[in-house]
Amino acid sequence: MTAISPTEQAAARATSIVVAEAQARARLRKRHTLVIGLRLAILVALLGLWELGADYNIIDPFFFASPSGIWEQIWSWVTEGTSQGPLWLQIYVTLEETFLGFVIGALGGIAAGIVLGRNKLLADVFSIYIKIANSVPRVVLGSVFIIALGLGMASKVALAVVMVFFVVFANAFQGVREADRAMIANAQILGASPFQITTSVIIPSAMSWILASLHVSFGFALVGAVVGEFLGAKQGMGLLISTAQGAFNANGVFAAMIILAVMALVVEFLITRFENYVVKWRPAPFNEQGA
Amino acid sequence: MQLQTMAAEKLSHAAPPADAAIAIDDVTLRFVTPDGHMMTAIRDFTMTVARGEFACVVGPTGCGKSTTLNLVTGLLRPTTGNVRVMGNPVTDISRDIGFVFQADALFPWRSVIDNVAAGPLFRGTPKAQAYDKARDWIARVGLARFEKHYPHQLSGGMRKRVALAQTFINQPKILLMDEPFSALDMQTRTAMQDELLGLWSDQKASVVFVTHDLEEAVALADKVYVLTAGPGTVKSVYRIDLPRPRVMADIRYDPKFIEIAKVIWNDLREEVQLGQSQGLQASH
Repeated sequence: MTAISPTEQAAARATSIVVAEAQARARLRKRHTLVIGLRLAILVALLGLWELGADYNIIDPFFFASPSGIWEQIWSWVTEGTSQGPLWLQIYVTLEETFLGFVIGALGGIAAGIVLGRNKLLADVFSIYIKIANSVPRVVLGSVFIIALGLGMASKVALAVVMVFFVVFANAFQGVREADRAMIANAQILGASPFQITTSVIIPSAMSWILASLHVSFGFALVGAVVGEFLGAKQGMGLLISTAQGAFNANGVFAAMIILAVMALVVEFLITRFENYVVKWRPAPFNEQGA
Repeated sequence: MQLQTMAAEKLSHAAPPADAAIAIDDVTLRFVTPDGHMMTAIRDFTMTVARGEFACVVGPTGCGKSTTLNLVTGLLRPTTGNVRVMGNPVTDISRDIGFVFQADALFPWRSVIDNVAAGPLFRGTPKAQAYDKARDWIARVGLARFEKHYPHQLSGGMRKRVALAQTFINQPKILLMDEPFSALDMQTRTAMQDELLGLWSDQKASVVFVTHDLEEAVALADKVYVLTAGPGTVKSVYRIDLPRPRVMADIRYDPKFIEIAKVIWNDLREEVQLGQSQGLQASH
C-alpha cells in the first residue's frame, strides 16, 4: 500500500480545480461565440433574402426598398447631404428636441409623482384629472401645439414633454407609494424631518421605478419629436421621412428609420450606464446573459 | 406566597411613579378600520419602566405588543389614558428614543457607514464628526472591515449589528425593540442577545423589548409583562432576579431560569390558546 502524503494530495486537488475551472471558462467562451455567431447568421440571412427578393422582383423594391438601396441612400445623405441640408444637422435638431422634451417631461413627472405620492389629499383630488389627461390620444395634441407654437422647435418639444410626462409620473407616483413603511419610520425615529425623509428615503427608494420608466419614455420622447416634425417642420428626421414619403422614396423612409433606431439604441445604452451608476447599491442581477 | 421565594416575583399593579423613564397609565387605544369598524388594540393598559431597566413584553400573536411601542414613540396616540416619557407627556417623536425594527429597516442604497451615520446627520451633526462617531460604533459591533459594504452584501446577523449601531449612535435614553431578532437563526440570535446586553449595560438605557419568545424575554429582562389575548391588557408582571452579567448561551440551562420560564409559561399558555382560537375565528 502506498501512502499519499497530505501535501501531495492537496497539490493534486489544487491542480484538478485549476483544470476544471479552465474547462468551465472555455465552455462559457465557446457558448458566447456560438450566440454571437447565430445572431450574425440570422441578420445576414434576413438581409440576403431581402436583397435577393428585391433583385428577382419577388419583393417590389419600389414599395419595400432593398438593403443595398437603403445603404446607398444613407451613404449619399452622409456624403452629399439631404435636400434640407446636411444629415448631421437633421439628427442634431431631432436629438435636441427629443432631449429637451425628455428632460422637461421626466423632471416634471418625477416632481409631480413625488408631490402627489407624499400628499394623500392632492393625490385623491388630482387623480381623476390625470386619468382624463392620460386618456387623450397625445399625438393629436401635436396639431394643437403646431397651431399654438408654430413650426419651430417649441411645438416638437411640447409634444415630447406630454409623451414623457405621464409615463414618468405614473412610475414615480407608484415608487413613492411603495416606499417601505418600516424604513420611513426608522428615518423618522433616527431624527429625519419630513424633507429629509423625502430626499433620503422616498426618492432613493422610488429611483428604481423612475429609472425603469426612463428607458421607455426616451422612446416616447423620440416619437413625440418625430411626429411633431411630421406634422410640420423646417428641419429634422421626421421632415426627412415625410419628404421621402412624398417622393415615393421607400429607400429614404427606411434609411431615416434606421438612423432613428441607431440614435435610440445609443441613448438607451447611455441610460443603462447612468442607471448602473445611480443604483450601484443594488445586488447584481442573477442572470447577466444577453448583454 | 410561594412565588416570593422564587426568582420570578409577581408584582402588583400600581400607578406609575413620576420619575419613571416610561409610564403608560391606564391607556386604551381604539381605531377605525378602513371598512368602518371600531377596533380596540389595547385596553386599560398600565406599564412602568424605571430608568436603566430592561422590560420585556410577551403575549400571543395580535395582542397589541407592537402597539405599546408605537404609543411610546408617539406614532400612535392613546384614545384614553396618558403616556409619559422621562416625565413628559408624549407629543412628538422624542430625540431620546431609539427603535430597532423586526424587519430590515436599513437603507439599502447606503453603505454601512452611511447607514450608521444617518442618525447624527439627520440631527444636524457636522459631517466629519458624524462619520467619526459612526466609525467608532461600527467597530464596537465588530464590523470595522465592512464599512464600505452595502446591506445586501451582509448576512442577516451582520445587518442586525448595523441596525444596533445605527440606533445606539444616537445614544437613546429609551430603547424600543420590536421582535428584533426573530428572523435570525438560533446561534446568531444568541450572539446578538449578548451583544445587546453588552451595549445596554454600557449605555444604561431603559429598554422595552417586545418578543413572542418567552425564553428570550426571561433571559434578557429585569421585568416581564405578560399580555392577554387581544384586545391586550397586562395579565401579570414578573420581576426576574437572575444575576447579571448574563451569558445567553449558558443561561437557558440554569435551573433557576427554567423554573421561572415554567411559572410564566403556565400564565401565558391559556392566553396563547385563546389567541389562536380568536385568530381562527377571525379568518372564517
